[in-house]
Amino acid sequence: MLHYLVRRTAILIGSLFLAAVALFVLLRLLPGDPANALLSVGATAEQIEAARRDLGTDGPLWSQFLSWLGDVFSLNLGKSLISTLPVGPEIIARLPVTVPLTLAAFVLAVLVAVPVGVLAAARADRWYGPVINAIAQLGIAVPAFWVGLLLITVFALNLQVLPAGGFPTDGWSDPVNASQSLVLPVVTVALVMSASLIRYVRTATLEVLGADYLRTARALGSSPRQAMWRHGLRNAAVPVVAVLAMELATTFLGAVVVESVFALPGLGSLLVRGISQHDYPIVQGVMLVSTATVLFVGFLGDVTQRLIDPRLRAS
Amino acid sequence: MILLKKRSLHLIIGLTLVLIIAGAVVVSYLWLPFAPDDTSGGRLAPPGGDHLLGTDKLGRDLFTQLLIGGRIALGTGLGAVAVGGVLGVTFGLLAGFATRWLDDAAAVTLDILIAFPTLLLAMLIVAGTGASLGTAILAIGLAMAAVVARLTRVLVKQVLSRDYITAARIAGVSWPRIVLSHVLPNIAPVVLVNLALQAGLAVLAEASLSYLGLGTPPPNASWGRMLYEAQATVLTSPVAALAPGIALVALVVGVNLTADGLRDLTDPTRRRTR
Amino acid sequence: MTLLAVEGLTLRNTAGTTLVDDVSFTVSPGDRTGLIGESGSGKSLTALAVMGLLPPAITATGTVLLDGADMIRAPRGRGDVATVVFQEPLTALDPLMTVGRQIGGPLRRWQGLRGDAAKAAVREALSEVRLTDTDRIARSYPHQLSGGQRQRVAIAMALVCHPRLLIADEPTTALDVTVQAEILELLDRLVTERGTALLFITHDLPVAARVIHGTHVMRHGRIVESGPVAGLLSDPEHEYTRTLVEAARRFDAALENTRRE
Repeated sequence: MLHYLVRRTAILIGSLFLAAVALFVLLRLLPGDPANALLSVGATAEQIEAARRDLGTDGPLWSQFLSWLGDVFSLNLGKSLISTLPVGPEIIARLPVTVPLTLAAFVLAVLVAVPVGVLAAARADRWYGPVINAIAQLGIAVPAFWVGLLLITVFALNLQVLPAGGFPTDGWSDPVNASQSLVLPVVTVALVMSASLIRYVRTATLEVLGADYLRTARALGSSPRQAMWRHGLRNAAVPVVAVLAMELATTFLGAVVVESVFALPGLGSLLVRGISQHDYPIVQGVMLVSTATVLFVGFLGDVTQRLIDPRLRAS
Repeated sequence: MILLKKRSLHLIIGLTLVLIIAGAVVVSYLWLPFAPDDTSGGRLAPPGGDHLLGTDKLGRDLFTQLLIGGRIALGTGLGAVAVGGVLGVTFGLLAGFATRWLDDAAAVTLDILIAFPTLLLAMLIVAGTGASLGTAILAIGLAMAAVVARLTRVLVKQVLSRDYITAARIAGVSWPRIVLSHVLPNIAPVVLVNLALQAGLAVLAEASLSYLGLGTPPPNASWGRMLYEAQATVLTSPVAALAPGIALVALVVGVNLTADGLRDLTDPTRRRTR
Repeated sequence: MTLLAVEGLTLRNTAGTTLVDDVSFTVSPGDRTGLIGESGSGKSLTALAVMGLLPPAITATGTVLLDGADMIRAPRGRGDVATVVFQEPLTALDPLMTVGRQIGGPLRRWQGLRGDAAKAAVREALSEVRLTDTDRIARSYPHQLSGGQRQRVAIAMALVCHPRLLIADEPTTALDVTVQAEILELLDRLVTERGTALLFITHDLPVAARVIHGTHVMRHGRIVESGPVAGLLSDPEHEYTRTLVEAARRFDAALENTRRE
């Protein structure tokens, strides 16, 4: 296990480094120049030249990369080209929206999907088994932003029980107000997530239900329910944990899009704004933070899977 | 027998949905109810009369827009699959034949690429090159290529470890011949089914990009962009907020069901007895 | 009184194919009975029907009375009356649980043992199936053991229930030939010591002959011949039994020849 941890940590660090390189190269090579961004806000030639010197984009690419990497390690993500505010604090200011949104949606999706998925598998012979399948099949085809739009229409515009969007400017100082504005976004992301999660849980449960060790447990006197609790759930958890890590990443992504639907001041809307304004320090910063999160969650998922399954520890 | 019917039911429903939409798109190239930029119907006209689904806030016929959106959706699906399929299978094949450190390097590279979710990768590329349909398709296709390459690599490794490959090698069959007559036919069914599923995801990704204003630029009517525009007028014109969404879901469900049906047909080991 | 009475057992799948056709036999306390037949003859399904563990896609008619309990309509007595040792010990054991904890499950259920008492009982159960180094084995996961060790663990799990009938469903088929003999000997000794009845299911007539007395030969879901195993070996009546016996003899002869070479 220790050997694996060392190896997996090395891979994580390598991935983070490569991701940083990829981000840097893609963003530096493709747009060519921050001039793109400044021109769009009507800057003069001197201003662009000054910005280049400021950003160090007049030097060779490798030295740009090294100085950027050095900045990243000292937690300095540069300044926005448009607002000239530092990117790091800007990102941190967005976290109180994106982090609760992602986590709450993820937890809600898991709470819905695990029992429903197990039920769909264990009761495949009842009427609700196929119904759950059909709904999940439909659910994976529905884009998150459309679900958000429909929920806004019903609950904010027609019933007027929840806000249609926005987030209190004073953040979480009024927790009730802040939570209210997150209810519909959380439900939106959770609905879309749980559809695909239900399918994974169902497949994993079906796999386990046909397993010989459940039959053994029952031959030794366990009831189906006891056998499922004692042996089935852990075994089904192995593939699901691997998927959960990926799903958490996807939840975050869902949040990115859904933030735009609900006009929430989170990381996602910051990213979208950065992209449409060619404000690449912003894009780079947000991408770096989200990629690092995704890679780290994947690391946690892999390690957890090995903690549950002794066979994976061995290899 | 009952199981067999149920399996092909997926395929039948899926193909029906896809073919209806594809048929409508083909028709749209020969005939459209109105010119795409015809605003003679007046703003936000209700459904019925000349305008089957009414008009949008600029006065354009919604049904016409929906058909044009279908072109974009299908084009994205096919285009992204072409990019992702060709690149992914090629790289996956090469990685599948790689050994030792090259193999490790390929595996880690693919793992890292996959850690970038499709939409983020697409956004990154859009950030560099600006929003256009071509960029969106290329970006989604590139992201897809990583997934397809990883799958292909694993499948190729499986096939190469079989005894009949060793036997063929001993018999002196050349590698290109082995790839053509053993590897490709063996991996094709699984890869094709996966590409079909990826096509559905590509359509969804393009819709999301367009909704965010990072995909197809106006005046082209992507379903995602139509939904974005309909959000402001959802109470006065609910059809505009429903029709593109329903079309989108129908296409993606159709593609997914077709993929499911194909998988059950091509992979007998996945058939369940219950 | 008979321990197990199977009467007119018929099993069909959802497509309506008959898998087991009108099978009847009995097992009395202490009996050693065989069910012999090639794969697909319905012998393993019959065993599952006896335990009331048929897959949902299979419907059963007829009666199976296990210690008086109707195992088709209201199954009862799994574990304490009858239990099973399955063919493939690797999949029959939970891959994520140590052997000690897996034996601990039935120990708690049937003997109410917990904590240190349970640990001691696990060690005892493991040494009863002739496993040495019981502490290490109790801490091991199934994948860390050999096939023979795994099957011994499965037998230990079955025996801590103190069943009156042990069903052994091809218990040696997945094992090496040398290990097969050891497992057969072990089963033979354990059921003798405890007076447990044995229902032994196999496709291998010579293997069956080493542990059982009377046997039923199954083919295509039907019992085609019954009688003492010695009699079947020396004087098979049914044509199918004859082919089984001859196949076994040819195999033995071939084995003899290779040994001589």
